[in-house]
Amino acid sequence: MGNTYDTRTKEVTAKIPFPQDLLDKIEEITKRYPAGKQKSALIPVLHLAQKHNDGWLSIPVMDYVADLLQITPIEVYEVATFYTMFNLKPVGKYVLEVCRTGPCCTRGAEKMIEYIEQKTNCKVGGNSADGLFTIKAVECLGACGYAPMLQLGDSFVEFLTEEKVDSLINELKNK
Amino acid sequence: MSKKLLLEHINVPNILGFEAYRSKGGYTSVEKALKTMSPEAIVEEVKKSGLRGRGGAGFPTGMKWSFLAKPEGIPRYLVCNADESEPGTFKDRYLMEKLPHLLVEGMIVSSFALGANTSYIYIRGEYMWIVGILEKAVAEAKANGFLGKNILGSGYDLELYVQPGGGAYICGEETALLESLEGKRGNPRMKPPFPAVKGLWQSPTVVNNVETIAAVPWIVNNTGDEYAKIGIGKSTGTKLISASGNINRPGVYEIDLGLPVDEFLNSDEYCGGIANGKKFKAVVPGGSSVPILPAELFYKTANGESRLMSYESLADGGFATGSMLGSGGFIVYDEDQCVVRNTWNFTRFYNHESCGQCSPCREGTGWMLKVLHKIEHGQGNMEDIDLLWDIQRRIEGNTICPLGDAAAWPVAAAIRHFREEFEWHVKNPAECMVRNYGLKKSTLELSFN
Ligand SMILES: Cc1cc2nc3c(=O)[nH]c(=O)nc-3n(C[C@H](O)[C@H](O)[C@H](O)COP(=O)(O)O)c2cc1C
Ligand code: SF4
Ligand code: FES
Repeated sequence: MGNTYDTRTKEVTAKIPFPQDLLDKIEEITKRYPAGKQKSALIPVLHLAQKHNDGWLSIPVMDYVADLLQITPIEVYEVATFYTMFNLKPVGKYVLEVCRTGPCCTRGAEKMIEYIEQKTNCKVGGNSADGLFTIKAVECLGACGYAPMLQLGDSFVEFLTEEKVDSLINELKNK
Repeated sequence: MSKKLLLEHINVPNILGFEAYRSKGGYTSVEKALKTMSPEAIVEEVKKSGLRGRGGAGFPTGMKWSFLAKPEGIPRYLVCNADESEPGTFKDRYLMEKLPHLLVEGMIVSSFALGANTSYIYIRGEYMWIVGILEKAVAEAKANGFLGKNILGSGYDLELYVQPGGGAYICGEETALLESLEGKRGNPRMKPPFPAVKGLWQSPTVVNNVETIAAVPWIVNNTGDEYAKIGIGKSTGTKLISASGNINRPGVYEIDLGLPVDEFLNSDEYCGGIANGKKFKAVVPGGSSVPILPAELFYKTANGESRLMSYESLADGGFATGSMLGSGGFIVYDEDQCVVRNTWNFTRFYNHESCGQCSPCREGTGWMLKVLHKIEHGQGNMEDIDLLWDIQRRIEGNTICPLGDAAAWPVAAAIRHFREEFEWHVKNPAECMVRNYGLKKSTLELSFN
């Protein structure tokens, strides 16, 4: 599997081409729509692409996806920039997305965001220096009754307390 | 005790699996529908049931279904709206996580009624683990002959797919959802044409909420007339309410529509009253978009009648003294909560989620946010309150989709019912700066976006 490098930073920016099993999965998704409507696969495919590409979408990855779906690169960029789940910059190994919306705030979400910033040594919107964490403050995730809460990958961590945050961060650091 | 039409089997062991669900009578509505009923007869039952859309607007489902255009040779689609992103709302998630087969069953019967051969469940991308739960249920239903070609030998074919979104509240608006499902940005479409005429890929389409679809199997099994006996007046059936905020028992409850609000808020069967012995200040009864009500107006309408959990009763008095049932996102505030801060928070949400197509919504939400930020942080003056009122008034009704209204209403209601609290902020700038809600950094540092 080849890698694409950013010529200025020499950082790996794209793990392309995709491995065969991922290509097969994408092929399966495009069959869910009528002939010629394969563009509908774009959002599901971007999720898979992002997961494969260390949690973010670089320009080469998006161009590659455009090629796979036989659409123009701009059609991919305009979608990737619209939806909040797509990261257009490199992220830490673990992305903690903490809810900041009203219902969660009635149960101390703002304090929890501050505590998480402090524990990870990382500001909202940024990555920690050790590359482990990215902290995002996000809008209501549909867990308002179980507040405060955060999303980590494909799962939610709910009823957050400082102790719970401590053990989560320690667990991730030692993984 | 409210009846449990949706959640009856929620605690049955292994109910996530086909076997357990089937053993509790699951999928009988598919058998009944496909073997003994015509599509029109199902639409008729749903009409009789009085079922109203559970996504927020409360539009009668049977009527919506009867509007679906049926041109020859053009496919029709049913799309389930599982985008659930309205702050305070987490009921669809509960249903899908706990009873995925109920949604699949509802999708099959509803698709048959509408003559759709391909249907989609569009689910918010943040619910990614539920995509797996639903896909497993779909695969099981298919393996057992309830999906795919020639279902139960009836000659009816149906494929059902689960499509994740990418994180955007606006994709809950049905035309934005369709755009998103077509692989585009979630920009709502101008209406007309309505989705019933030109929807997904320009074909006639019905979009329904998860809870709406999940109510259909019961109606098919027990008839629309039986469903209409539950509830009160035009608020028939049961409704899932997701309760959050400063209450003892946050969670999802299925209630008979018409339950007294007092019982819902204070009985131990439901919210269990206000937490920590605090006083009840206000409630947003139907998701962040609906007007906030102070405690007195929540319990009793302006005419002094006790309020009920129904579409009509919660709306009694219009926006002057009432609110809306909306999506059933029931958010409770105790005496310690600041209405100005909550309004600022909600406005930040709408500003963040505006798709940006219409200037009143795009610019208006940003402007309101700045003014609210000023007031909340002790830098506002009295004219700012009137300015806020003026801005929200100019957004409402002047946009392509109802997100503009949804952003305007909370601001209007907050000023209408809690004007003194806005004035307090203007008169007490020093206190606004220091109270800080126990946070370490100055709240002024909190970002706008
Ligand atoms: C900004 C906005 C967000 C919405 N979000 C949702 C949502 O998350 N889920 C939903 O079912 N309906 C949502 N709706 C309502 C839908 O547009 C549509 O009315 C609904 O899905 C129809 O289904 P129903 O008739 O079964 O309620 C939203 C509407 C607007 C304007
Ligand atoms: S009202 Fe707001 S969200 Fe709706 S279409 Fe206009 S700009 Fe977009
Ligand atoms: S407000 Fe945080 S999950 Fe809904």
